[in-house]
Amino acid sequence: MKCADILVIGGGPGGLGAAIEAAKAGASVLLVDENPRMGGQLYKQIHKFFGSQTHYAGQRGFDIADTLIAEAARAGVELLPQTRALGCFDEGQFALLSLANQDATRLRTMKARRVILATGAKENAVAFPGWTLPGVMTAGAAQTLANIYGVLPGKRILILGSGNVGLIVGYQLMQAGAQVLGIVDVLPSVHGYEVHAAKLRRANVPIYLGSTVVEARGETRVQQVIIGQVDACFQPIEGTHQTIECDTVLLAVGLSPRTEIAAMFGCDMTFERRLGGLMPIHDETMCTSNQTIYVCGDLAGVEEASTALDEGRLAGIHAAAACGYGDEARHARVAALQSSLNTLRSGMHGQPRKEAKNDILQLAHRKGIVGETI
Amino acid sequence: MRKVFIDCPQNIPCNPCQFCCPTSAITIGEDITNPPQVNLEKCIGCGRCVAACPGQACFLVDTEFHPGIASVDFPYEYLPLPTAGMRVQAQDNCGAVLCTGLVVAVVAAKAGDHTPVVRLSVPREFAYQVRSIAHLPAE
Ligand SMILES: Cc1cc2nc3c(=O)[nH]c(=O)nc-3n(C[C@H](O)[C@H](O)[C@H](O)COP(=O)(O)OP(=O)(O)OC[C@H]3O[C@@H](n4cnc5c(N)ncnc54)[C@H](O)[C@@H]3O)c2cc1C
Ligand code: SF4
Ligand code: SF4
Repeated sequence: MKCADILVIGGGPGGLGAAIEAAKAGASVLLVDENPRMGGQLYKQIHKFFGSQTHYAGQRGFDIADTLIAEAARAGVELLPQTRALGCFDEGQFALLSLANQDATRLRTMKARRVILATGAKENAVAFPGWTLPGVMTAGAAQTLANIYGVLPGKRILILGSGNVGLIVGYQLMQAGAQVLGIVDVLPSVHGYEVHAAKLRRANVPIYLGSTVVEARGETRVQQVIIGQVDACFQPIEGTHQTIECDTVLLAVGLSPRTEIAAMFGCDMTFERRLGGLMPIHDETMCTSNQTIYVCGDLAGVEEASTALDEGRLAGIHAAAACGYGDEARHARVAALQSSLNTLRSGMHGQPRKEAKNDILQLAHRKGIVGETI
Repeated sequence: MRKVFIDCPQNIPCNPCQFCCPTSAITIGEDITNPPQVNLEKCIGCGRCVAACPGQACFLVDTEFHPGIASVDFPYEYLPLPTAGMRVQAQDNCGAVLCTGLVVAVVAAKAGDHTPVVRLSVPREFAYQVRSIAHLPAE
């Protein structure tokens, strides 16, 4: 049976950062991701990332993924794409399922001393009459269709949700030749960054604030959508309805951490609205209530690629140290990463996340969750 | 002379503009959510920030392009691309048409990761309002 010091589950910026640091410290590292290519969300992003230059911002998402994959390979990480981690048996063996058709040994087990979970987040949905019609899908699904498979999900598109995901996907679909008929959000102001909203405004895309989708109509797929304004309790206001002729409705209403595997490992959870909902409690070392399990990235609270990368690196350094790897320089490295995370979590969009993260850390202390000191 | 003009109104965690500038004309500083500060005296009008900014918030403006005419450089990532000599509709930040502009040049440099940058000449009074152009019909 295969053995490694550290198993990293999920190959987005969080998992890649974790694998790179752990391998650089000297640990043997296996990184698995269910997709044909490593990179997680990065691989679907054709836009130049906002964020910090030292975290590769300004580069296009898929280029950042390639840079990190190359760095991981150089550091000696064993990369296993098209492999889904299913869970853990009682005897401490991990089950890995290969999704590559030609692979004869589809199900394999392995042993690892520490596991770093970087499973990312899943998209939320909202229900309204007609939401099961073909043509209603999540923004991420539309992005996968357009950017990975080169298929335009529709020609006339309405987007529910004005966060960065809705804004960025809307812009990308316009670049691909679709018409974006509007962005609808119950909030009184745009939820994402103004610079991203401006790209849509410049293209004459109306942004309907204080509004929601009331109903989607159509015979065999979406043909019309009724939108209307909402009151202070987010209930539709009679007489404000308008009809928009469109063939696609994208739901961009937030992300929630993908907690299934963490839950399977018995990691204690908490509900933190500011970070996407239910998530594993962790301390400064990214260790959970299960001392062998570390978490990072969107799983440890939905944020951004820059923060995912830094949290991953923290998890990688600590998990490697728990296995006995790493030199003196790691202490300075940890301090630098923590201060970097601190500056990333500031400003009007970041401050609430910083406060939420601090609450999680305090909760971890109260519950006696402490990773091994390094 | 062409000089940078930045329209980045929020405290967002972002700083590629600072790092791409060869003359340190743009400063964000230690705190990454600071809005960019521009030192116009240092700006040499190279245009790197125009292509590098992921928020498409950096522009180059030359108010002395011709008498009464200014030039504005902005990123434009839609097909078909305009070509030099075309007359197009210049738009403001909300997509409203301001005036007709003349395309001076379109450059998609490798240094800017192939983001096309359009240089448009417009009547001078619109110099700081132009952000983009009306999309061109598919061929
Ligand atoms: C449209 C869009 C635009 C964005 N733009 C920006 C931006 O400009 N700047 C920025 O900083 N951030 C941006 N982000 C956010 C950023 O992409 C995420 O915050 C970041 O990717 C989170 O990294 P992660 O490693 O935690 O998760 P992910 O990148 O989601 O990676 C998780 C990976 O784990 C895999 N996985 C999950 N479970 C298993 C399992 N059991 N077995 C194997 N594999 C598994 C998943 O398939 C996935 O590949 C954007 C996000 C979206 C959706
Ligand atoms: S145009 Fe060139 S010199 Fe001026 S601010 Fe932009 S990058 Fe710097
Ligand atoms: S790179 Fe662009 S979006 Fe980012 S801070 Fe600079 S001007 Fe603003």
